[in-house]
Amino acid sequence: MRDIKTFKLSIVSNMATVAQRILDSRVPDGSIEKKWDKRIFDVKLVNPANKRKYEIIVVGTGLAGASAAASLAELGYRVKVFCIQDSPRRAHSIAAQGGINAAKNYQNDGDSVWRLFYDTVKGGDYRSREANVYRLAQISTRIIDHCVALGVPFAREYGGTLANRSFGGAQVSRTFYARGQTGQQLLLGAYSAMNRQIYAGKVKSFPKREMLDLITLDGVARGIVCRNLTTGQFETHVGHAVVLATGGYGNVFYLSTNAKSCNVTAAWRCHRRGAYFANPCYTQIHPTCIPASGDYQSKLTLMSESLRNDGRVWVPKAKDDDRPPHDVPEADRDYFLERRYPSFGNLVPRDVASRAAKERCDAGYGVGPTGNAVYLDFRDAIKRDGEKTVRGKYGNLFQMYEEITADDPYHTPMRIYPAVHYTMGGLWVDYNLQSTIPGLFVLGEANFSDHGANRLGASALMQGLADGYFVIPYTLGDHLARAKFPSVSEDHPACKEALVESRNRIERLLGVNGTQTVDSFHRALGKIMWDKCGMERTASGLQQAIDEIRGLREEFWSDVKVIGTEGSFNQNLEHAGRVADFLEFGELLCFDALQRNESCGGHFRGEYQTPEGEALRDDENYAYVAAWEFNGVGNEATLHKESLTFEDVPLATRSYK
Amino acid sequence: MIQPVQALRSHGQRKSFSVMLKVWRQAGPTADGYLETFRVGDVNPDMSFLEMLDRLNERLILEGKDPVAFDHDCREGICGTCGVMINGLAHGPLKNTATCQLRMRSFKDGDTLVLEPFRAAAFPVVKDLVVDRSSLDRIQQAGGYISANVGGAQDANAILVPKKQADVAMHSAACIGCGACVAACKNASAALFTGAKVNHLASLPQGQAERKERAVNMVARMDLEGFGACTNTNECQAACPANISIQDISKLNREYFWASLTSQD
Repeated sequence: MRDIKTFKLSIVSNMATVAQRILDSRVPDGSIEKKWDKRIFDVKLVNPANKRKYEIIVVGTGLAGASAAASLAELGYRVKVFCIQDSPRRAHSIAAQGGINAAKNYQNDGDSVWRLFYDTVKGGDYRSREANVYRLAQISTRIIDHCVALGVPFAREYGGTLANRSFGGAQVSRTFYARGQTGQQLLLGAYSAMNRQIYAGKVKSFPKREMLDLITLDGVARGIVCRNLTTGQFETHVGHAVVLATGGYGNVFYLSTNAKSCNVTAAWRCHRRGAYFANPCYTQIHPTCIPASGDYQSKLTLMSESLRNDGRVWVPKAKDDDRPPHDVPEADRDYFLERRYPSFGNLVPRDVASRAAKERCDAGYGVGPTGNAVYLDFRDAIKRDGEKTVRGKYGNLFQMYEEITADDPYHTPMRIYPAVHYTMGGLWVDYNLQSTIPGLFVLGEANFSDHGANRLGASALMQGLADGYFVIPYTLGDHLARAKFPSVSEDHPACKEALVESRNRIERLLGVNGTQTVDSFHRALGKIMWDKCGMERTASGLQQAIDEIRGLREEFWSDVKVIGTEGSFNQNLEHAGRVADFLEFGELLCFDALQRNESCGGHFRGEYQTPEGEALRDDENYAYVAAWEFNGVGNEATLHKESLTFEDVPLATRSYK
Repeated sequence: MIQPVQALRSHGQRKSFSVMLKVWRQAGPTADGYLETFRVGDVNPDMSFLEMLDRLNERLILEGKDPVAFDHDCREGICGTCGVMINGLAHGPLKNTATCQLRMRSFKDGDTLVLEPFRAAAFPVVKDLVVDRSSLDRIQQAGGYISANVGGAQDANAILVPKKQADVAMHSAACIGCGACVAACKNASAALFTGAKVNHLASLPQGQAERKERAVNMVARMDLEGFGACTNTNECQAACPANISIQDISKLNREYFWASLTSQD
């Protein structure tokens, strides 16, 4: 194990030897409006009669995975789809509440593909790939059309047209929604499309399978190793391409709004096999979560940021003002978002809202028993629109809040605090969504491409479905039509090697037989990440974090206690494998945050801020994607850069004032 | 109604307490099951029910014992993964919530809680409190969809759906697929689950083309999976965390009857 001094040196040497390999993003030439059309025309097609000869492995059944599985099967490919949940319908996309953006301009308020593109590039703090974002905005309208055709019950106006709401980071009303359960309804739509293909025999579903490794042959992705979580048996599956849609890595922080089973394992295993990991330090903190109530807290609950449409965020003007909110007169309230950002007010993007709340709490103005909360107050909205209207818009969110806190938000302002919610980083992909391993495609939150350093609200659902319904059906065929496929069966040495490695790792976890639980390690890692690599980061804090993570990882492998056996249903063992990978991945996340000497979007470095406390980007030196190549556990990763150019949305300082 | 002042002050000040658990233990699908008793102390009222089980499991692991297997994932009531019978009630005593949304403030010091899996012939036990609900997926596969390929859809506003009608569809579509309706039913019927999907799609203009086949095929699959018949005891509605109404069962019966009489097949 390298000590911290050598490690610091290695960062310096690393910075000096970056960009060994030019990353080719394979963005088509031509004007931005024509790039996607050009690519669709340029891709090689697979003869319809030949499609059934190809078997595609799809890992993950959230919006991206389920929509990919359905659309690929509709084209005629044979698809095997895998998920860790007991049903594909339970993937964590289901928990998305607020909505999905689309540039329909149904409200006649000046929206357009160009504006959605512009807002997303700006919202991403100029760290996304322009061409990908434009394509996303272009596709957005077709997603809504298709979802309606599938029977997604979007909210409607009395006349029968689709309803819209506005969302953070935008001044137009372009968000489509289904109560506060938009993710659920879109996922059930994709799940139903996939079910149709399962019934037709074109998709084979493998629930309760955890992907533990990627099988590559001559550097091309050809299959996966997974463990059947019900029986504990290992399986290898081979095919002609692997589509990874396994979501984000927010649970590296332990407390996040992610579901408990969300993890980085599948992506990390691909990274270890050669897929570059891009921008892991771009993590999104969501401003409207319910604050933690005690040390037993197992996860945090998000409330849709659509609440900020009508709720007003405030803290008392005086420090340690412990009067109940009702007794604080208007003159003693600091509506700090409206004060600092008069034109966007409570609708500033998530990162801006989160940091502003933390700033108030750190300065001693926080409310509630822990002091780590700010008020989100609906008093004025109820006065203006009536309780019935507010109930119609947010009824289920208010009910959820009351169930958790025992406070009634119709009469007492909500208390909110930021929490880790979404991760913009992910496996590096080119314009075709192919990773640095040919044949491995990465979709949805698991890739890095569209949101830059910060994702706008209601854009995750849009991206997941764009990738699955409308991008992968075209780009996957290009790979299949061009690549050579030497025959491979499950007893091929490459399969056996990956299988043995996965099995050894599981046996190693069970063999430690130490004294500390998996969960205690996960909490310890989460605390390091949140304290030193959370909403605000500094070079010295990050160096400490890297040191501490290395120590914790060593301790894990010498003192973790995992109960039970390999060949059985064993939730403790599942968790152990995921935490083991988080302990490797967390180090890379901090390392990435350390090399990025600027603040942008979800990455805020204390050293780089304006006198007013706003993020200070360094476009001259950091307008690039950091894509990391794995060099072994404990060895520094190699940095490869994809430089970003902004031809259509000129670089500007993001301002929401 | 809770007074704001009291609600604020009560946080962090409420006393912790202890509960007695009698937990169904079953090593595997074919093993014999039994109830095992545990006392869990230091329970905080704001703690969720599942966090209380986490605490028990941490202790069991440190003692080298097999932790209690239970299903959970999102822990905010939407994924439908969790589900435990608590003192004979699916998802416990709080109305219209999933197990994960239950807070320990619903219980008091010294309570005994009997925890069992969601029982049904169509839900074989996997381990302890975990059951296999893949039969519900197979009901969906039999017809719970609209056959529309990617690429061919017209503009989303081309077909108007009046708000009231869209709201009816949404009400049925809200089902989270947890299986509490089956567990609560003395016949282990999946009529509420099946009815919710049939009605969601039957309420929308897009769902008309396959309306009849859908009802017939989904009901046939439900029967094949070994779910019982509905005898209108309404327990399903009382247990449902998503507020699905038994109107969906009467509508299902109507859809099925109409489809059986008029189907061209």
